[in-house]
Amino acid sequence: MLLYNKRLRQTLTGYAFLAPNIIGFLTFTFLPVLASLGISFTDWDLIHPPHWVGLKNFERLLWFTIEQGKLIFNDPNFWKYFYNTVFLMGGIPFGIFGSLMLAMALNKTGKIHISLRTIYFLPSMCVPVAIFLVWRWIYDPDVGLFNWILSFLGIKGPNWLSSTFWAKPAIVLTGLWVGIGGYNMILYLAGLQEIPRQFYEAAEIDGANAWQRFRYITWPMLAPTTFFIVIMSLIAGFQGGFEAAYMMTRGGPAGSTITLTYYIYNNIIWLKMGYAAAIAWVLFVLIFTVTLFSWRYGGRKIHYVM
Amino acid sequence: MLLPLLWMLSTSLKTPENIFTFPPKLLPIPLNWQNYLDVWEAVPFARFYLNTVIVAVSVTAGQVATSSLAAYAFARLEFPGRDKVFFAYLATLMIPGAVTMIPVFILLRMIGWLNTYKALILPGMFSAYGTFLLRQFFLGIPTDIEDAARIDGCSAFGIYKNIILPLSKPALATLTIFTFLGAWRDFMWPLIVIDSPQKKTLTIGLAMFQGLHSTDWGLLMAASFLVMIPLILVFLFNQRFFIEGIKLAGLKA
Repeated sequence: MLLYNKRLRQTLTGYAFLAPNIIGFLTFTFLPVLASLGISFTDWDLIHPPHWVGLKNFERLLWFTIEQGKLIFNDPNFWKYFYNTVFLMGGIPFGIFGSLMLAMALNKTGKIHISLRTIYFLPSMCVPVAIFLVWRWIYDPDVGLFNWILSFLGIKGPNWLSSTFWAKPAIVLTGLWVGIGGYNMILYLAGLQEIPRQFYEAAEIDGANAWQRFRYITWPMLAPTTFFIVIMSLIAGFQGGFEAAYMMTRGGPAGSTITLTYYIYNNIIWLKMGYAAAIAWVLFVLIFTVTLFSWRYGGRKIHYVM
Repeated sequence: MLLPLLWMLSTSLKTPENIFTFPPKLLPIPLNWQNYLDVWEAVPFARFYLNTVIVAVSVTAGQVATSSLAAYAFARLEFPGRDKVFFAYLATLMIPGAVTMIPVFILLRMIGWLNTYKALILPGMFSAYGTFLLRQFFLGIPTDIEDAARIDGCSAFGIYKNIILPLSKPALATLTIFTFLGAWRDFMWPLIVIDSPQKKTLTIGLAMFQGLHSTDWGLLMAASFLVMIPLILVFLFNQRFFIEGIKLAGLKA
Protein backbone atom coordinates (compact mmCIF):
# COMPACT_ATOMS: atom_id res chain seq x y z
CA MET A 1 0.00 0.00 0.00
CA LEU A 2 2.81 2.30 0.94
CA LEU A 3 4.57 1.39 -2.30
CA TYR A 4 1.44 2.13 -4.31
CA ASN A 5 1.09 5.53 -2.69
CA LYS A 6 4.70 6.36 -3.38
CA ARG A 7 4.29 5.50 -7.03
CA LEU A 8 1.11 7.55 -7.30
CA ARG A 9 2.81 10.49 -5.64
CA GLN A 10 5.76 10.27 -8.00
CA THR A 11 3.45 10.16 -10.99
CA LEU A 12 1.50 13.17 -9.79
CA THR A 13 4.65 15.16 -9.04
CA GLY A 14 6.15 14.32 -12.42
CA TYR A 15 3.11 15.35 -14.39
CA ALA A 16 2.58 18.44 -12.25
CA PHE A 17 5.99 19.67 -13.39
CA LEU A 18 5.23 18.73 -16.97
CA ALA A 19 1.69 20.09 -17.03
CA PRO A 20 2.26 23.70 -18.16
CA ASN A 21 4.64 22.60 -20.89
CA ILE A 22 2.72 19.54 -22.00
CA ILE A 23 -0.53 21.48 -22.43
CA GLY A 24 1.24 23.94 -24.73
CA PHE A 25 3.14 21.16 -26.45
CA LEU A 26 -0.05 19.27 -27.22
CA THR A 27 -1.98 22.37 -28.32
CA PHE A 28 0.67 24.08 -30.40
CA THR A 29 2.94 21.29 -31.58
CA PHE A 30 1.84 17.70 -31.22
CA LEU A 31 -1.83 17.89 -32.18
CA PRO A 32 -1.18 20.46 -34.94
CA VAL A 33 1.30 18.06 -36.56
CA LEU A 34 -1.41 15.41 -36.77
CA ALA A 35 -4.04 17.99 -37.74
CA SER A 36 -1.95 19.40 -40.58
CA LEU A 37 -1.49 15.91 -41.99
CA GLY A 38 -5.26 15.50 -41.90
CA ILE A 39 -5.82 18.93 -43.46
CA SER A 40 -3.44 18.08 -46.29
CA PHE A 41 -6.00 15.50 -47.48
CA THR A 42 -8.77 18.11 -47.69
CA ASP A 43 -9.68 21.14 -49.79
CA TRP A 44 -10.35 23.32 -46.72
CA ASP A 45 -10.60 27.03 -47.58
CA LEU A 46 -12.01 28.15 -44.18
CA ILE A 47 -15.12 29.41 -45.96
CA HIS A 48 -16.77 26.15 -46.95
CA PRO A 49 -16.65 23.02 -44.80
CA PRO A 50 -13.65 20.84 -45.66
CA HIS A 51 -13.99 17.90 -48.05
CA TRP A 52 -11.82 14.83 -48.02
CA VAL A 53 -9.97 14.80 -51.34
CA GLY A 54 -7.56 11.96 -50.67
CA LEU A 55 -4.19 12.39 -52.31
CA LYS A 56 -5.37 15.07 -54.72
CA ASN A 57 -3.25 17.86 -53.21
CA PHE A 58 -0.14 15.72 -53.35
CA GLU A 59 -0.95 14.59 -56.87
CA ARG A 60 -1.25 18.19 -58.01
CA LEU A 61 1.90 19.15 -56.16
CA LEU A 62 4.23 16.35 -57.20
CA TRP A 63 2.77 14.56 -60.22
CA PHE A 64 2.94 15.25 -63.93
CA THR A 65 1.40 14.22 -67.22
CA ILE A 66 3.13 13.44 -70.46
CA GLU A 67 1.64 15.16 -73.46
CA GLN A 68 3.15 14.61 -76.89
CA GLY A 69 6.33 13.34 -75.29
CA LYS A 70 6.64 16.40 -73.10
CA LEU A 71 6.71 16.34 -69.34
CA ILE A 72 4.05 18.66 -67.93
CA PHE A 73 4.00 19.14 -64.18
CA ASN A 74 0.60 19.54 -62.58
CA ASP A 75 1.96 22.45 -60.57
CA PRO A 76 4.98 23.85 -62.39
CA ASN A 77 5.21 26.63 -59.79
CA PHE A 78 6.03 24.17 -57.04
CA TRP A 79 9.00 22.84 -59.00
CA LYS A 80 10.11 26.32 -59.88
CA TYR A 81 10.03 27.37 -56.22
CA PHE A 82 11.78 24.16 -55.25
CA TYR A 83 14.52 25.06 -57.72
CA ASN A 84 14.69 28.59 -56.26
CA THR A 85 15.07 27.15 -52.77
CA VAL A 86 17.88 24.83 -53.83
CA PHE A 87 19.56 27.67 -55.75
CA LEU A 88 19.60 29.83 -52.63
CA MET A 89 21.02 26.87 -50.70
CA GLY A 90 23.92 26.93 -53.14
CA GLY A 91 25.34 29.64 -50.90
CA ILE A 92 25.72 27.18 -48.01
CA PRO A 93 29.10 25.65 -48.96
CA PHE A 94 30.56 29.11 -49.59
CA GLY A 95 29.21 30.28 -46.25
CA ILE A 96 30.65 27.32 -44.35
CA PHE A 97 34.00 27.67 -46.09
CA GLY A 98 34.06 31.40 -45.35
CA SER A 99 33.16 30.85 -41.70
CA LEU A 100 35.98 28.33 -41.33
CA MET A 101 38.53 30.65 -42.97
CA LEU A 102 37.41 33.54 -40.76
CA ALA A 103 37.56 31.40 -37.63
CA MET A 104 41.11 30.30 -38.48
CA ALA A 105 42.17 33.86 -39.20
CA LEU A 106 40.64 35.20 -35.98
CA ASN A 107 41.69 32.35 -33.69
CA LYS A 108 44.19 34.55 -31.86
CA THR A 109 43.89 36.43 -28.62
CA GLY A 110 45.05 39.87 -29.79
CA LYS A 111 42.80 42.85 -29.17
CA ILE A 112 42.35 43.43 -32.88
CA HIS A 113 41.21 39.84 -33.44
CA ILE A 114 38.66 40.02 -30.65
CA SER A 115 37.27 43.29 -32.06
CA LEU A 116 37.14 41.82 -35.55
CA ARG A 117 35.15 38.85 -34.24
CA THR A 118 32.63 41.27 -32.79
CA ILE A 119 32.38 43.16 -36.07
CA TYR A 120 31.92 40.02 -38.15
CA PHE A 121 29.37 38.70 -35.70
CA LEU A 122 27.36 41.92 -35.58
CA PRO A 123 25.09 41.19 -38.60
CA SER A 124 23.89 38.01 -36.88
CA MET A 125 22.68 40.11 -34.00
CA CYS A 126 20.67 42.44 -36.19
CA VAL A 127 17.06 42.03 -37.23
CA PRO A 128 16.87 40.17 -40.58
CA VAL A 129 14.00 42.17 -42.08
CA ALA A 130 15.85 45.43 -41.41
CA ILE A 131 19.04 43.99 -42.91
CA PHE A 132 17.21 42.91 -46.05
CA LEU A 133 15.70 46.35 -46.35
CA VAL A 134 19.09 48.09 -46.35
CA TRP A 135 20.37 45.57 -48.90
CA ARG A 136 17.46 46.39 -51.14
CA TRP A 137 18.65 49.97 -50.96
CA ILE A 138 22.25 48.91 -51.57
CA TYR A 139 21.15 47.05 -54.71
CA ASP A 140 19.35 50.12 -56.10
CA PRO A 141 20.25 50.13 -59.81
CA ASP A 142 20.74 53.89 -60.16
CA VAL A 143 22.09 55.27 -56.91
CA GLY A 144 22.89 52.05 -55.00
CA LEU A 145 26.13 51.49 -53.19
CA PHE A 146 26.79 48.12 -54.81
CA ASN A 147 26.74 49.23 -58.42
CA TRP A 148 28.75 52.31 -57.48
CA ILE A 149 31.51 50.10 -56.02
CA LEU A 150 31.35 47.83 -59.08
CA SER A 151 31.77 50.89 -61.31
CA PHE A 152 35.31 51.31 -59.92
CA LEU A 153 36.10 47.88 -61.35
CA GLY A 154 34.70 49.03 -64.65
CA ILE A 155 31.59 46.88 -64.27
CA LYS A 156 28.20 48.29 -65.04
CA GLY A 157 26.04 46.46 -62.54
CA PRO A 158 22.61 45.18 -63.55
CA ASN A 159 19.30 46.03 -61.95
CA TRP A 160 19.90 43.24 -59.44
CA LEU A 161 16.55 42.73 -57.81
CA SER A 162 14.47 43.30 -60.95
CA SER A 163 16.29 40.68 -62.98
CA THR A 164 15.07 37.10 -63.02
CA PHE A 165 18.71 36.10 -63.52
CA TRP A 166 20.39 38.26 -60.86
CA ALA A 167 17.82 38.44 -58.06
CA LYS A 168 18.69 35.03 -56.62
CA PRO A 169 22.49 35.57 -56.60
CA ALA A 170 21.88 38.98 -55.00
CA ILE A 171 19.92 37.32 -52.17
CA VAL A 172 22.62 34.67 -51.79
CA LEU A 173 25.26 37.39 -51.43
CA THR A 174 23.22 39.13 -48.76
CA GLY A 175 22.82 35.84 -46.91
CA LEU A 176 26.58 35.27 -47.04
CA TRP A 177 27.23 38.73 -45.63
CA VAL A 178 24.87 38.05 -42.73
CA GLY A 179 25.97 34.52 -42.00
CA ILE A 180 29.68 34.28 -42.63
CA GLY A 181 30.79 35.71 -39.29
CA GLY A 182 27.81 34.35 -37.40
CA TYR A 183 27.00 31.25 -35.42
CA ASN A 184 29.08 28.96 -37.62
CA MET A 185 32.20 31.04 -37.10
CA ILE A 186 31.67 30.91 -33.33
CA LEU A 187 31.22 27.14 -33.43
CA TYR A 188 34.37 26.77 -35.52
CA LEU A 189 36.31 29.00 -33.12
CA ALA A 190 35.14 26.80 -30.24
CA GLY A 191 36.18 23.72 -32.22
CA LEU A 192 39.60 25.16 -33.04
CA GLN A 193 40.28 25.95 -29.40
CA GLU A 194 39.70 22.33 -28.47
CA ILE A 195 42.43 20.98 -30.77
CA PRO A 196 45.45 20.18 -28.58
CA ARG A 197 48.52 22.36 -29.29
CA GLN A 198 50.78 19.31 -29.23
CA PHE A 199 49.31 18.03 -32.48
CA TYR A 200 50.58 21.08 -34.32
CA GLU A 201 53.92 21.06 -32.49
CA ALA A 202 54.48 17.42 -33.38
CA ALA A 203 53.51 18.10 -36.99
CA GLU A 204 55.92 21.00 -37.21
CA ILE A 205 58.76 18.89 -35.87
CA ASP A 206 57.92 16.35 -38.57
CA GLY A 207 58.15 19.19 -41.09
CA ALA A 208 54.49 19.44 -42.09
CA ASN A 209 53.63 22.61 -44.01
CA ALA A 210 50.60 24.82 -43.39
CA TRP A 211 48.41 22.97 -45.89
CA GLN A 212 49.35 19.58 -44.46
CA ARG A 213 48.63 20.79 -40.93
CA PHE A 214 45.21 21.95 -42.08
CA ARG A 215 44.50 18.84 -44.10
CA TYR A 216 45.61 16.26 -41.53
CA ILE A 217 44.92 17.98 -38.20
CA THR A 218 42.53 20.93 -38.36
CA TRP A 219 40.03 19.60 -40.89
CA PRO A 220 39.61 16.10 -39.37
CA MET A 221 39.49 17.48 -35.83
CA LEU A 222 36.74 19.88 -36.87
CA ALA A 223 34.73 17.17 -38.63
CA PRO A 224 32.07 16.89 -35.89
CA THR A 225 31.61 20.69 -35.94
CA THR A 226 31.38 20.74 -39.73
CA PHE A 227 28.92 17.88 -39.65
CA PHE A 228 26.70 19.69 -37.16
CA ILE A 229 26.90 22.92 -39.18
CA VAL A 230 26.09 21.18 -42.47
CA ILE A 231 23.01 19.45 -41.05
CA MET A 232 21.72 22.61 -39.37
CA SER A 233 22.35 24.62 -42.56
CA LEU A 234 20.46 22.11 -44.68
CA ILE A 235 17.49 22.07 -42.31
CA ALA A 236 17.43 25.88 -42.20
CA GLY A 237 18.08 26.19 -45.94
CA PHE A 238 15.06 24.18 -47.04
CA GLN A 239 12.90 26.38 -44.81
CA GLY A 240 14.65 29.62 -45.68
CA GLY A 241 14.36 32.54 -48.02
CA PHE A 242 11.01 33.93 -46.95
CA GLU A 243 12.11 37.06 -45.13
CA ALA A 244 14.76 37.98 -47.67
CA ALA A 245 12.38 37.62 -50.60
CA TYR A 246 9.53 39.35 -48.81
CA MET A 247 11.59 42.42 -47.97
CA MET A 248 13.76 42.62 -51.09
CA THR A 249 11.61 41.45 -53.99
CA ARG A 250 8.19 40.37 -52.65
CA GLY A 251 8.99 37.10 -54.41
CA GLY A 252 9.56 38.69 -57.80
CA PRO A 253 10.47 39.25 -60.51
CA ALA A 254 8.08 36.69 -62.00
CA GLY A 255 8.31 34.44 -58.95
CA SER A 256 12.04 33.99 -59.36
CA THR A 257 12.74 34.41 -55.64
CA ILE A 258 9.75 32.54 -54.19
CA THR A 259 10.93 29.67 -52.01
CA LEU A 260 8.95 26.72 -50.61
CA THR A 261 8.23 28.51 -47.33
CA TYR A 262 7.10 31.57 -49.26
CA TYR A 263 4.75 29.33 -51.28
CA ILE A 264 3.29 27.94 -48.06
CA TYR A 265 2.81 31.50 -46.78
CA ASN A 266 1.03 32.47 -50.01
CA ASN A 267 -1.32 29.52 -49.80
CA ILE A 268 -2.15 30.36 -46.19
CA ILE A 269 -2.92 33.93 -47.23
CA TRP A 270 -5.09 32.62 -50.11
CA LEU A 271 -6.84 30.44 -47.48
CA LYS A 272 -5.88 27.29 -49.41
CA MET A 273 -5.27 25.40 -46.20
CA GLY A 274 -5.27 21.92 -47.70
CA TYR A 275 -2.69 22.78 -50.30
CA ALA A 276 -0.55 24.75 -47.82
CA ALA A 277 -0.54 21.76 -45.45
CA ALA A 278 0.41 19.44 -48.30
CA ILE A 279 3.43 21.60 -49.23
CA ALA A 280 4.44 21.80 -45.57
CA TRP A 281 4.38 18.02 -45.30
CA VAL A 282 6.38 17.59 -48.49
CA LEU A 283 8.92 20.01 -47.02
CA PHE A 284 9.00 18.01 -43.80
CA VAL A 285 9.57 14.71 -45.60
CA LEU A 286 12.28 16.35 -47.70
CA ILE A 287 14.12 17.67 -44.62
CA PHE A 288 13.68 14.39 -42.79
CA THR A 289 15.09 12.37 -45.69
CA VAL A 290 18.07 14.63 -46.26
CA THR A 291 18.90 14.73 -42.55
CA LEU A 292 18.60 10.97 -42.19
CA PHE A 293 20.78 10.46 -45.24
CA SER A 294 23.47 12.87 -43.98
CA TRP A 295 23.37 11.21 -40.59
CA ARG A 296 23.89 7.75 -42.01
CA TYR A 297 26.48 8.72 -44.54
CA GLY A 298 28.28 11.55 -42.74
CA GLY A 299 27.99 10.07 -39.26
CA ARG A 300 29.90 6.96 -40.32
CA LYS A 301 32.62 8.99 -41.98
CA ILE A 302 33.21 11.05 -38.87
CA HIS A 303 33.49 7.97 -36.76
CA TYR A 304 36.20 6.78 -39.08
CA VAL A 305 38.07 10.07 -38.86
CA MET A 306 37.93 10.23 -35.09
CA MET B 1 31.82 44.19 -43.37
CA LEU B 2 30.35 47.10 -41.47
CA LEU B 3 29.60 49.02 -44.63
CA PRO B 4 25.93 48.01 -45.03
CA LEU B 5 25.19 48.91 -41.41
CA LEU B 6 27.00 52.24 -41.71
CA TRP B 7 25.20 52.85 -44.99
CA MET B 8 21.90 52.36 -43.19
CA LEU B 9 22.92 54.87 -40.53
CA SER B 10 24.30 57.32 -43.06
CA THR B 11 21.21 57.23 -45.28
CA SER B 12 18.95 57.71 -42.28
CA LEU B 13 20.79 60.92 -41.40
CA LYS B 14 20.78 62.49 -44.87
CA THR B 15 18.67 65.30 -46.16
CA PRO B 16 16.24 64.18 -48.90
CA GLU B 17 18.33 65.91 -51.63
CA ASN B 18 21.43 63.99 -50.57
CA ILE B 19 19.88 60.54 -50.76
CA PHE B 20 19.33 60.17 -54.49
CA THR B 21 22.68 61.33 -55.75
CA PHE B 22 25.12 59.58 -57.99
CA PRO B 23 27.83 58.95 -57.08
CA PRO B 24 26.43 58.29 -53.59
CA LYS B 25 27.60 60.56 -50.80
CA LEU B 26 29.13 58.41 -48.11
CA LEU B 27 28.76 60.86 -45.27
CA PRO B 28 25.52 62.52 -44.22
CA ILE B 29 26.58 66.15 -44.52
CA PRO B 30 24.65 68.20 -43.53
CA LEU B 31 23.32 66.05 -40.71
CA ASN B 32 19.59 65.73 -40.68
CA TRP B 33 17.77 64.24 -37.69
CA GLN B 34 14.35 64.82 -39.17
CA ASN B 35 13.84 61.19 -40.23
CA TYR B 36 14.19 60.02 -36.65
CA LEU B 37 11.45 62.42 -35.66
CA ASP B 38 9.18 61.69 -38.60
CA VAL B 39 9.26 57.90 -38.11
CA TRP B 40 7.09 58.16 -35.01
CA GLU B 41 4.49 60.17 -36.95
CA ALA B 42 4.44 58.26 -40.24
CA VAL B 43 3.25 54.99 -38.67
CA PRO B 44 2.39 54.05 -35.05
CA PHE B 45 6.02 53.17 -34.43
CA ALA B 46 5.88 53.69 -30.67
CA ARG B 47 2.98 51.26 -30.60
CA PHE B 48 5.04 48.68 -32.54
CA TYR B 49 7.82 49.09 -30.01
CA LEU B 50 5.49 48.57 -27.08
CA ASN B 51 3.89 45.52 -28.73
CA THR B 52 7.26 43.96 -29.47
CA VAL B 53 8.48 44.46 -25.92
CA ILE B 54 5.28 42.99 -24.47
CA VAL B 55 5.41 39.97 -26.78
CA ALA B 56 9.14 39.30 -26.47
CA VAL B 57 9.17 39.58 -22.68
CA SER B 58 6.06 37.40 -22.23
CA VAL B 59 7.26 34.73 -24.64
CA THR B 60 10.68 34.61 -23.00
CA ALA B 61 9.36 34.48 -19.44
CA GLY B 62 6.81 31.83 -20.40
CA GLN B 63 9.27 29.69 -22.27
CA VAL B 64 11.94 29.76 -19.58
CA ALA B 65 9.36 28.87 -16.92
CA THR B 66 7.59 26.05 -18.78
CA SER B 67 10.79 24.61 -20.26
CA SER B 68 12.71 24.53 -16.98
CA LEU B 69 9.83 22.87 -15.11
CA ALA B 70 9.45 20.18 -17.76
CA ALA B 71 13.21 19.76 -18.14
CA TYR B 72 13.50 19.13 -14.41
CA ALA B 73 10.83 16.44 -14.59
CA PHE B 74 12.57 14.79 -17.56
CA ALA B 75 16.03 14.99 -16.00
CA ARG B 76 15.38 14.16 -12.38
CA LEU B 77 11.94 12.78 -11.55
CA GLU B 78 10.93 9.19 -12.09
CA PHE B 79 7.40 8.50 -13.16
CA PRO B 80 5.64 6.18 -15.59
CA GLY B 81 5.57 7.34 -19.22
CA ARG B 82 8.42 9.82 -18.76
CA ASP B 83 10.64 8.48 -21.51
CA LYS B 84 7.75 8.02 -23.93
CA VAL B 85 6.68 11.65 -23.46
CA PHE B 86 10.26 12.82 -23.85
CA PHE B 87 10.59 10.85 -27.05
CA ALA B 88 7.48 12.58 -28.39
CA TYR B 89 9.16 15.92 -27.66
CA LEU B 90 12.35 14.86 -29.42
CA ALA B 91 10.43 13.58 -32.43
CA THR B 92 8.95 17.04 -33.06
CA LEU B 93 12.29 18.86 -33.05
CA MET B 94 12.87 18.37 -36.75
CA ILE B 95 9.39 19.33 -37.89
CA PRO B 96 9.35 22.64 -39.83
CA GLY B 97 7.42 25.48 -38.24
CA ALA B 98 5.22 25.67 -41.32
CA VAL B 99 3.67 22.27 -40.53
CA THR B 100 2.26 23.33 -37.16
CA MET B 101 1.63 26.92 -38.21
CA ILE B 102 -1.37 26.05 -40.40
CA PRO B 103 -3.60 24.26 -37.82
CA VAL B 104 -2.66 26.78 -35.12
CA PHE B 105 -3.65 29.62 -37.44
CA ILE B 106 -6.98 27.90 -38.17
CA LEU B 107 -7.58 27.30 -34.45
CA LEU B 108 -6.86 30.92 -33.52
CA ARG B 109 -9.06 32.13 -36.36
CA MET B 110 -11.95 29.94 -35.24
CA ILE B 111 -11.87 31.14 -31.64
CA GLY B 112 -11.49 34.74 -32.81
CA TRP B 113 -7.98 35.28 -31.48
CA LEU B 114 -6.42 36.71 -34.63
CA ASN B 115 -5.15 40.26 -34.06
CA THR B 116 -4.59 39.67 -30.36
CA TYR B 117 -1.53 39.52 -28.15
CA LYS B 118 -2.60 35.99 -27.26
CA ALA B 119 -2.00 34.89 -30.85
CA LEU B 120 1.51 36.33 -30.71
CA ILE B 121 2.42 35.12 -27.23
CA LEU B 122 0.76 31.79 -26.40
CA PRO B 123 2.18 29.58 -29.19
CA GLY B 124 5.67 30.91 -28.44
CA MET B 125 5.59 30.12 -24.73
CA PHE B 126 6.33 26.43 -25.13
CA SER B 127 9.36 24.97 -26.76
CA ALA B 128 10.48 21.39 -27.20
CA TYR B 129 13.94 22.68 -28.06
CA GLY B 130 14.20 24.77 -24.89
CA THR B 131 13.08 21.81 -22.81
CA PHE B 132 15.66 19.61 -24.49
CA LEU B 133 18.46 22.15 -24.00
CA LEU B 134 17.74 22.58 -20.29
CA ARG B 135 17.28 18.85 -19.71
CA GLN B 136 20.74 18.17 -21.12
CA PHE B 137 22.19 20.81 -18.82
CA PHE B 138 20.32 19.56 -15.73
CA LEU B 139 21.60 16.02 -16.38
CA GLY B 140 25.14 17.35 -16.02
CA ILE B 141 24.54 18.70 -12.50
CA PRO B 142 25.82 16.32 -9.78
CA THR B 143 23.02 14.80 -7.72
CA ASP B 144 24.79 14.86 -4.33
CA ILE B 145 23.38 18.21 -3.19
CA GLU B 146 19.87 17.17 -4.16
CA ASP B 147 20.18 13.89 -2.27
CA ALA B 148 21.26 15.77 0.83
CA ALA B 149 18.38 18.23 0.42
CA ARG B 150 15.91 15.40 -0.06
CA ILE B 151 17.06 13.66 3.13
CA ASP B 152 16.51 16.98 4.90
CA GLY B 153 12.92 16.87 3.66
CA CYS B 154 13.11 19.27 0.73
CA SER B 155 10.25 18.87 -1.78
CA ALA B 156 10.75 18.33 -5.50
CA PHE B 157 9.73 21.91 -6.18
CA GLY B 158 12.08 23.14 -3.46
CA ILE B 159 14.98 21.31 -5.09
CA TYR B 160 14.04 22.71 -8.50
CA LYS B 161 13.81 26.25 -7.20
CA ASN B 162 16.64 26.37 -4.67
CA ILE B 163 19.22 24.02 -6.17
CA ILE B 164 18.70 23.33 -9.87
CA LEU B 165 17.77 26.81 -11.08
CA PRO B 166 20.62 28.66 -9.30
CA LEU B 167 23.13 26.10 -10.62
CA SER B 168 21.82 26.45 -14.19
CA LYS B 169 22.34 30.15 -14.79
CA PRO B 170 24.41 29.70 -17.98
CA ALA B 171 21.79 27.47 -19.59
CA LEU B 172 18.93 29.70 -18.46
CA ALA B 173 20.76 32.76 -19.80
CA THR B 174 21.25 31.01 -23.14
CA LEU B 175 17.59 30.11 -23.44
CA THR B 176 16.56 33.63 -22.38
CA ILE B 177 18.81 35.26 -24.97
CA PHE B 178 17.78 33.07 -27.88
CA THR B 179 14.09 33.14 -27.06
CA PHE B 180 14.12 36.90 -26.73
CA LEU B 181 16.07 37.33 -29.97
CA GLY B 182 13.73 34.95 -31.76
CA ALA B 183 10.62 36.73 -30.51
CA TRP B 184 11.99 40.18 -31.36
CA ARG B 185 12.85 39.14 -34.92
CA ASP B 186 9.88 36.89 -35.60
CA PHE B 187 8.31 37.80 -38.89
CA MET B 188 6.21 35.18 -40.63
CA TRP B 189 3.99 34.29 -37.68
CA PRO B 190 3.01 37.91 -36.81
CA LEU B 191 2.52 38.55 -40.52
CA ILE B 192 -0.03 35.75 -40.64
CA VAL B 193 -1.96 36.37 -37.42
CA ILE B 194 -1.84 40.18 -37.16
CA ASP B 195 -3.53 42.61 -39.48
CA SER B 196 -4.46 45.54 -37.29
CA PRO B 197 -1.75 48.24 -37.02
CA GLN B 198 -2.51 48.51 -33.30
CA LYS B 199 -1.16 44.99 -32.68
CA LYS B 200 1.73 44.97 -35.13
CA THR B 201 5.24 44.23 -33.95
CA LEU B 202 8.34 46.07 -35.19
CA THR B 203 9.25 43.59 -37.92
CA ILE B 204 5.86 43.53 -39.63
CA GLY B 205 5.47 47.21 -38.86
CA LEU B 206 8.64 47.79 -40.85
CA ALA B 207 7.26 45.74 -43.75
CA MET B 208 4.05 47.79 -43.65
CA PHE B 209 6.14 50.95 -43.52
CA GLN B 210 8.00 49.77 -46.61
CA GLY B 211 4.69 49.25 -48.40
CA LEU B 212 3.55 52.78 -47.56
CA HIS B 213 6.81 54.69 -48.13
CA SER B 214 8.63 52.48 -50.59
CA THR B 215 10.97 55.16 -51.91
CA ASP B 216 11.49 57.26 -48.82
CA TRP B 217 14.82 55.65 -48.02
CA GLY B 218 15.83 58.15 -45.35
CA LEU B 219 12.72 57.35 -43.36
CA LEU B 220 12.95 53.59 -44.02
CA MET B 221 16.57 53.42 -42.92
CA ALA B 222 15.82 55.41 -39.76
CA ALA B 223 13.03 52.93 -38.98
CA SER B 224 15.30 49.95 -39.71
CA PHE B 225 17.97 51.34 -37.45
CA LEU B 226 15.48 51.86 -34.63
CA VAL B 227 14.22 48.27 -35.01
CA MET B 228 17.74 46.89 -34.57
CA ILE B 229 19.41 49.20 -32.08
CA PRO B 230 18.13 47.58 -28.84
CA LEU B 231 19.45 44.17 -29.91
CA ILE B 232 22.79 45.60 -30.99
CA LEU B 233 23.27 47.43 -27.69
CA VAL B 234 22.30 44.39 -25.63
CA PHE B 235 24.74 42.32 -27.66
CA LEU B 236 27.65 44.74 -27.40
CA PHE B 237 27.35 44.92 -23.62
CA ASN B 238 26.85 41.20 -23.07
CA GLN B 239 29.01 39.63 -25.77
CA ARG B 240 30.46 36.98 -23.49
CA PHE B 241 27.00 35.62 -22.70
CA PHE B 242 26.08 35.43 -26.37
CA ILE B 243 29.23 33.61 -27.40
CA GLU B 244 29.08 31.14 -24.52
CA GLY B 245 25.39 30.65 -25.25
CA ILE B 246 26.01 29.69 -28.87
CA LYS B 247 28.67 27.20 -27.87
CA LEU B 248 26.38 25.74 -25.23
CA ALA B 249 23.41 25.45 -27.57
CA GLY B 250 25.57 24.09 -30.38
CA LEU B 251 27.41 21.51 -28.36
CA LYS B 252 24.48 20.23 -26.36
CA ALA B 253 22.20 19.84 -29.35
